[in-house]
Amino acid sequence: MKIHEYQAKEIIRSYGVPTPRGEVARTPDEAREVASRLGGPCMVKAQIHAGGRGKGGGVKKADDPVMAAELAARMLGMTLVTPQTGPGGRVVRRLLLEQTLDIDRELYLAVTLDRSSERLTMIASAEGGVEIEKVAAEMPEKILKEAIDPAVGLSPFQARRLAFGLGLSGPALKGAVKLMAALVRCVQESDASLAEINPLVVTAAGEVMALDAKMNFDDNALYRHPEIRELRDTDEEDPLEVEASRHGLNYIKLDGNVGCMVNGAGLAMATMDIIKLAGGQPANFLDVGGGASAEQVSNAFKILISDESVKAVLINIFGGILRCDLLAQGVADAVGTAGVTVPVIVRMEGTNVAEGRRILTDSNFDFIVAEGMQDAATKAVAAAREQS
Amino acid sequence: MSIFVGPETRLVVQGVTGREGTFHTRQMVEYGTQVVAGVTPGKGGTTHEGVPVFDTVAGAVAATGANVSVIFVPPPFAADAILEAVDARVGLAVCITEGIPTMEMIRVMPVVRRSETRLIGPNCPGIISPGSAKIGIMPGRIHKPGRVGVISRSGTLTYEAVDQLTRRGIGQSTCIGIGGDPLIGTEFIDALQAFRDDADTEAVVLIGEIGGSAEEEAAVWIKAHFKKPVVSFIAGQTAPPGRRMGHAGAVISGGKGAAVDKMAALSAAGINVVNSPAGIGEAVQTVLNSGN
Repeated sequence: MKIHEYQAKEIIRSYGVPTPRGEVARTPDEAREVASRLGGPCMVKAQIHAGGRGKGGGVKKADDPVMAAELAARMLGMTLVTPQTGPGGRVVRRLLLEQTLDIDRELYLAVTLDRSSERLTMIASAEGGVEIEKVAAEMPEKILKEAIDPAVGLSPFQARRLAFGLGLSGPALKGAVKLMAALVRCVQESDASLAEINPLVVTAAGEVMALDAKMNFDDNALYRHPEIRELRDTDEEDPLEVEASRHGLNYIKLDGNVGCMVNGAGLAMATMDIIKLAGGQPANFLDVGGGASAEQVSNAFKILISDESVKAVLINIFGGILRCDLLAQGVADAVGTAGVTVPVIVRMEGTNVAEGRRILTDSNFDFIVAEGMQDAATKAVAAAREQS
Repeated sequence: MSIFVGPETRLVVQGVTGREGTFHTRQMVEYGTQVVAGVTPGKGGTTHEGVPVFDTVAGAVAATGANVSVIFVPPPFAADAILEAVDARVGLAVCITEGIPTMEMIRVMPVVRRSETRLIGPNCPGIISPGSAKIGIMPGRIHKPGRVGVISRSGTLTYEAVDQLTRRGIGQSTCIGIGGDPLIGTEFIDALQAFRDDADTEAVVLIGEIGGSAEEEAAVWIKAHFKKPVVSFIAGQTAPPGRRMGHAGAVISGGKGAAVDKMAALSAAGINVVNSPAGIGEAVQTVLNSGN
């Protein structure tokens, strides 16, 4: 799960990571008030779940409260397109206003899982403010890493080694060491899958601060962090994906016109792949999972066809735990109540497949039955083409 | 004949009295797996699905000589279940549970790595040596005893591949689902090593997916150490970057983990990479025929 910059800053600040003074504004009036409280010039930053905001005009400097209000009036409600949002962009609904800083250096700091060492790893670089992937590709020697022992945490010597490696000294060194320990503790205790501070800045006064902050969280751990779950902003997500998550379904909207419903993530991805190979484009990823009920399947089907770009539906089920008869019942129920106008291609194998096929044949809807994945994909792509 | 599990397997089911545990214990017993014990804390001394239930894994191992454990415990308690299996010194623990927080696995993995227990999973369908032992949730009847090994990060996609093999009359020595999470016990290379040393495995199917770099590492290892033919398919060729495609591990991030790179790495290692998931069975048939 992703959260906004201002939310990430609140969390890391509670662990002792210094951040610039700032407040959130939702209207131009609020922006004026916040700017007056901050005093002097301030930065106005659009809050959306995507990086590269500066390039899209989502970060501006205001000289005074009046200008802050003017900038807010222009930015709030605008669709911000950045290299990470895709061409559709995101609507700006909130702004973070922060004090300006006298910046001496821009660094990079992050904590994330390193799969090969099976540990959390702190990554630091003296090349702040640019994408770390770019640094890794062009100047790998500029990236410093420390693996974190899960029992011990980040040791002070490791933090010092990173800080010296970044060329820090004096009060900045001390500040950075403290900040690093705080960030690691924050990640461990909040079940974050990523905490990234880019840039981490050193001010002219030698203070070390998180000028930006990004945090992602492990969906599997949200059950034990209700306060973080509350930070979810459904405005940042596709409405169909939000609806799907309410029913415990794994749905991702894509650009094509062949809707797919599959059990199992690997088979769902493979089904998208074979649609593409058959000359079509998948409209979505949808994994109904292993333990789906007839009602869940029915909801899944309704979400699928409520996407107007869907011209044909491909159902690909390899029934293991999910029985084919139960799946067929869910689909038949959905077709009966939702008024389906597009062709539906069904490929079923596995547990209770004969019973499942009988349920579909007995329903009033004219399902197209396929034998195997290749046949299913070919039929679905052809059907979608005829419809459009 | 097989790797990791076989006729010698004596299975203990952790979480045996739960809904999942009950259903799959019955299925595993019906398949012919030697299920010798179950564990549910507080229900020791009872019998469930014809299997004696114990309070602890150590107690079950002491009383029954169980040497493999399978875990059907809900996510908040599954990491502890893995540690209990390790403590009881079973040779193999297979964790089916999906949804264990990564931070829990970060704490568990060092203990697993310095123990004598092999871990398969979590978030996996399990492992089956057709004809002798089914440990997990895969449908037993699609399998057929034979000489092809299958390693996969997926569940139902593995069934699809196995079904294609069986329909062509090609049997399997052992099929392992290693799991879709970012942190898993047995990796591709561990399973490949075992298949290399198994005289009865002639060829291997390796099914990968986007995310991480396990497939690239397997490719390098295969080129250097593995002489048997390998057929591979990578799921997620059409997946958009930055999105989690069902499996927590299936995310293309920072330009890494894309299917195209994995397929290139595998091809460069001389592996027969198929573009279509429908082409797995045929490709295996081809490599087996060319070997004869």
